[in-house]
Amino acid sequence: MHIAIIGNGISGVTAARWLRKLSDYKVTIISSETQHFYSRPALMYLYMGHMRFEDIKPYEDWFWKKNRLDLIQDKVTSIDFNSSVLHLEKGNLVHYDKLILAVGSKSNKFGWPGQDLQRVSGLYDLHDLQNMEKYSEGLSRAVIVGGGLIGIEMAEMFHSRKIPVTLLVRESSYWDNVLPEEESAMITRHIRSHHFDLRLNVNLQEIEDNGQGEACAVIIKETGERIPCQYVGLTPGVSPNVEFLKASDLNIGKGIQVNEYLETNIKNVYAIGDCAEVTHPIEGRRPIEAIWYTGRMMGETAARTICGKKASYNPGIWFNSAKFLDIEYQVYGHVPNKTPDHYETLYWEHQNGEKAIRINFDKNSNAVVGFNLMGIRYRHEVCEKWLKEKTPVSTVLQDLSLANFDPEFYKMYEQDLVDLYNQKTGSDLKLKSKRSLNKVLQFLKKSKA
Amino acid sequence: MKTIQKIGLFIFLGALAIFTASLGLSKHQLNADNLSVTNEYHKKAILEAATNQGLLGNSTSLSNIAFIKQLRQSMFNAQTALNESFSKNPPEGIPEWDYKLGDWKIGDYVFQTVKASSTGLLPNNRNLFFFLTFGMALIGGLLFILPKFLQAPGIKNDGIYHSSLTRGLTFGPRAVFIGATILGVLLYGWFYMDGKLFWPILTLVVITIIIFLVLYKEKQNSLSPAKSASPNVTASLGIFSGIYLIGFYILLYWAPEYMTNWILLVDPISEFLSGNPASQWFLYGFLYSIIVLVMGIRMISKYRHNKYQIVRTFSVMFFQTCFAFILPEILIRLNQPYFDFKNIWPLDYDFFFDWNINNLINSGGLGIFMLVWGITLTVLGVPIITYFFGKRWYCSWVCGCGGLAETMGDPFRQLSDKSLRAWKYERYIIHGVLVFAVFMTLMVLYSYFTGSRDILFFNSDVVRKWYGFLIGSAFAGIVGTGFYPLMGNRTWCRFGCPLAAYLGLIQKYKSRFRITTNGGQCISCGNCSTYCEMGIDVRHYAQRGQDIVRSSCVGCGVCSAVCPRGVLRLENGSTDISQRATELRTIHISESEVKILA
Repeated sequence: MHIAIIGNGISGVTAARWLRKLSDYKVTIISSETQHFYSRPALMYLYMGHMRFEDIKPYEDWFWKKNRLDLIQDKVTSIDFNSSVLHLEKGNLVHYDKLILAVGSKSNKFGWPGQDLQRVSGLYDLHDLQNMEKYSEGLSRAVIVGGGLIGIEMAEMFHSRKIPVTLLVRESSYWDNVLPEEESAMITRHIRSHHFDLRLNVNLQEIEDNGQGEACAVIIKETGERIPCQYVGLTPGVSPNVEFLKASDLNIGKGIQVNEYLETNIKNVYAIGDCAEVTHPIEGRRPIEAIWYTGRMMGETAARTICGKKASYNPGIWFNSAKFLDIEYQVYGHVPNKTPDHYETLYWEHQNGEKAIRINFDKNSNAVVGFNLMGIRYRHEVCEKWLKEKTPVSTVLQDLSLANFDPEFYKMYEQDLVDLYNQKTGSDLKLKSKRSLNKVLQFLKKSKA
Repeated sequence: MKTIQKIGLFIFLGALAIFTASLGLSKHQLNADNLSVTNEYHKKAILEAATNQGLLGNSTSLSNIAFIKQLRQSMFNAQTALNESFSKNPPEGIPEWDYKLGDWKIGDYVFQTVKASSTGLLPNNRNLFFFLTFGMALIGGLLFILPKFLQAPGIKNDGIYHSSLTRGLTFGPRAVFIGATILGVLLYGWFYMDGKLFWPILTLVVITIIIFLVLYKEKQNSLSPAKSASPNVTASLGIFSGIYLIGFYILLYWAPEYMTNWILLVDPISEFLSGNPASQWFLYGFLYSIIVLVMGIRMISKYRHNKYQIVRTFSVMFFQTCFAFILPEILIRLNQPYFDFKNIWPLDYDFFFDWNINNLINSGGLGIFMLVWGITLTVLGVPIITYFFGKRWYCSWVCGCGGLAETMGDPFRQLSDKSLRAWKYERYIIHGVLVFAVFMTLMVLYSYFTGSRDILFFNSDVVRKWYGFLIGSAFAGIVGTGFYPLMGNRTWCRFGCPLAAYLGLIQKYKSRFRITTNGGQCISCGNCSTYCEMGIDVRHYAQRGQDIVRSSCVGCGVCSAVCPRGVLRLENGSTDISQRATELRTIHISESEVKILA
């Protein structure tokens, strides 16, 4: 049996690794971008000089051969689903028995005038990074359009080379379509404290051409202001990279449509990662979730199914993380930007305005539903167990130290949260245990009473 | 801020230039008073030889290089003369070893005489030069470092791989440095062992066996490590600094008579502390402590958002300055044995040498206490404390080598090799050194208790001499520190330190210490592995959701600090340690569904 995987990002590579763990099938990974898998979220560190390219490759180069994972660096131009053949740009054909599509996303562009000029790019792949690198010399300003995770990364990258940055953000507070008001305000403050020129409530009108096909300024729609710059980063999100498949028999919506087993409408063809659109996601989850962690889980799930251990895709309790300049962010469970009416939210913020803990719980059952952490680290497994077991907020608060994952000697703020809750509700909860790894592991092993 | 830093850097570089040039800023002239020889036969013979040679009575002062050359010649002539007169007409009542002029004594006489005969620009303006070198380096260094406290706290790794000081070497140049160093050490070792080739050849054989084992037994010949993806990345300033440091260590260990001008500068401090003039070891201790202090401040400025790093850095600064440097000097002033209470055998490889044991035994109650303390640390302290906290309690909190690595070495921590192949080498080499240290010490103790120096085919004096040369000086010093900018700041700790090997065995098999991984939050970015000074591929474990139990981990905590997603934490706790450190704990599918494949 020959399994072909298109795409060597986290989804495709995780699938390949699990295929090898579970089977002896022939596995081929095809990608046009690079010979070897690298960590996409680490691209920024290359530019910033924290790491070299070989450092962001999670496996040494011999790994692939040793595990008999064949690599082909080429672009798949078309797929003949009837005869199970891939057509590659260099002319070769690859015959497969089963196919995994892990083709990822591409950066969104909304038809702005000038969006295809030189000195304009998103930040998605190595090519974008090389583009940034190529034009960084002598930049007097870079403008970044889009207020999400990639926008702030790109801003941080230019900042690391002392290049002044202007951020154009459509929202009225940074990333407030995801973060609750207080957290969003914190990030907004933090960005400004790093002297980024952050413009809120603005849209891009157009990117100006300097006459040689290169960007030289942007115009803001609302004010008409012209901001001279020599680089424009476009980071208004990504969408599935499915253009080359649209003419095929594959069911395509926004992404490649898959059922709960990640199977497409064509037999023996699977889609995972950013490009997959789960038609019937589990409750509370979106059809397309273009993040690292879901890609990894999908890769594992698809490999299991292919190896005869049919597994449905169940991403479990939502989690994610990011870092905004110096503020780390973690989320477990359901913490929407607008707290729904049937939720109560407990929000504590440090006086320095750079650390916060939010716990959402259900008004009726008192069960915890979500954690948001800013500048503080919490244990994934502990939070997940509380959420899964719908633990009452009072129990969670009394045991809250179990969740703390900050390094040793850090000041802990769980007592402040308990105090806040007591003050708000008039109860008299006491923080029970101290932080201890043994207690945590015993807690994790304990099945629900 | 930038301007102040630039001025600071300029002042520091100026001080470094003066410091380097000051080696040549003295003139020397021999006379009967400054010939620092107490033994009267030797003195007489040397003076005679020096007169014949024209060194004594020469009215022109010589540069130190010319002076040392001639003085050494006079000493050798005197040595020959004494040997001849001893065999021709043996003096009565004087033991041979006292009458003849031994090679090791020549070294000491030359060193003391060069120091005593100094005149000229530097010796006549010691305070001025102390200020121009140490003083200005301190001021410049602080001017460069202190403004960093004004920056926002947070991870400060921008541009490390753009700097020609810190971006390290590509595979080829690194191999050249390693090869040249091994060759140089062995050639010098030939000379050091009085022209006997046995030890250099034995060492070469062992090196070859290790290379063979790694490449063929461990099958690493086919798994070659990644070559650097970008061309021209070799760090020119890094190479320059590496060579400078190596040069410093060569002078320190094997030619201290050439660095007497530096030693003159710290004489007053030594006199103040211990009442004795400074030796090269005092200079080294002084320099070492100052560097640990100043670069410790830098470390704190860099990681000041991280309390673990702050506390740990204060700890190494304290133990180096107080326990390794000041306290032993004060003990000397109080007529007690020179003793570093935090140094532990087998890193402190001469602890069981006869002269040390005799010295401690003959120094009354305190001496006996020191002997018991040293043995207790090795036998009980290491296993017990390591069981509770891991080897970090020593390696990155207390140890002097660790202290330098964590302060001066911090800018180079990313240069450790993370390849599997390097790990294979590491395990053979460091455990090999541990075995060597144990056998050497057993032989020395056997000789101590039986009085017999010959054990099987070996002479315990010769074995310990070669250990001191190869491991104590060449590996720990030349490679240990000289290779900071070439192969990272923990080269010695990772590949060579026998104490680290001992601590590591306990950490691996019987300790509560581990680095835990936070569920599924890892994004495989590689910051943890890149900034692991011990070359552990931390990411390998983190991305599998696996707890990390590795004998080499010194618990510096930097992997946890640089992780952008809060994935790693240093923890102590024995629950499930072996289970959670097994390969491939899956992250999102419940563990009951997962059959772990062998």
